[in-house]
Amino acid sequence: MNVIDLLERDQLKADVPELRPGDTVRVHVRVVEGTRERIQVFEGVTIGVGGGGSRRTFTVRRITHGVGVERTFLLHSPRIATVEVVRHGEVRRAKLYYLRTKVGKRARLRERRETTVRGAGAGTPIAPGSVTAEGTPEA
Amino acid sequence: MSVKAVLARKLGMTQLFGADGRVEPVTVLRAGPCSVVQVKTRTRDGYDAVQLGFDTVDPRRLTRSRLGHCKAAGVGPVRHLVEIRDPEPDPVGTEVRVAVFSAGDLVDVTGRSKGKGFSGQHKRHHFGRGPVTHGSHNIKQPGSVGSVDAARTLRGLRMAGHLGDSRVTVRRLRVVSVDPDRNLLLVRGAIPGARTGMVVVRQSTARVRKPRGHH
Repeated sequence: MNVIDLLERDQLKADVPELRPGDTVRVHVRVVEGTRERIQVFEGVTIGVGGGGSRRTFTVRRITHGVGVERTFLLHSPRIATVEVVRHGEVRRAKLYYLRTKVGKRARLRERRETTVRGAGAGTPIAPGSVTAEGTPEA
Repeated sequence: MSVKAVLARKLGMTQLFGADGRVEPVTVLRAGPCSVVQVKTRTRDGYDAVQLGFDTVDPRRLTRSRLGHCKAAGVGPVRHLVEIRDPEPDPVGTEVRVAVFSAGDLVDVTGRSKGKGFSGQHKRHHFGRGPVTHGSHNIKQPGSVGSVDAARTLRGLRMAGHLGDSRVTVRRLRVVSVDPDRNLLLVRGAIPGARTGMVVVRQSTARVRKPRGHH
């Protein structure tokens, strides 16, 4: 394994969720105010993930006081306490920049329901009441 | 050895999280081990220096004279030889490792920059461009090269030409960490040249500036 990968591996946090674009997340950020440190929560929709290994980043968009706010976080940063995934949105692209031009109801995302298998056959829902039971000709 | 210096190979860049959670850009170098192959003295050569050898190489790739030079020093065949000025040179055969540096040291790093080929004046000398619209054909032109009464072009006028592939030194880079077991040296910031390029890391000769407040 090359040296740079090894160095980056040392930086990785063990307990990070696998984020995907469209996920609604609650990011617990450590904020230093003078001498005190407190945790601030930033909740919004993940509109993109980038980078690999210890350089992995994700961008979260939310609307506060009628103003769109986007923050990009380093997933493995020590300044991020925890990342909770609140819900998975169903999306069809990797970067959801189109949400910037949408407001209100148009900026909604459908929830991803089915358990999808990643990798081979990704996107194929594992249907309840499987095909073999009902679709076989002998029945 | 009074002068701290080591030859290194650039492995690439990455970023590390600092104690305060800030990200620090670092260049990863495989530094040393080097050996002193020859010592230059004031009495014999007119100046004091050590010649460092770095990176073991297949002996068939070296000329006979280079092989003999290494053999005379009692070191294996080395790919690179670089002289470092040193008023108190160590004897031939001394091994120089990354451990000469420690985290927090300031270093100057010399390397060979990436070649950019024949480049225009914009890329090479940071010229501005002319107007793009209104029928202008002066977008990437070099402009005037002199006045009429001079009747010639002045020497050293900045023009298009070969860019890069030159010796470049970046000074005052901070050593982020040293790993003596893996011969690794992590330096803050970028270093000239491509990955796998050979660089010389020296203790910085820049004056130590007074600390400006606290960061």
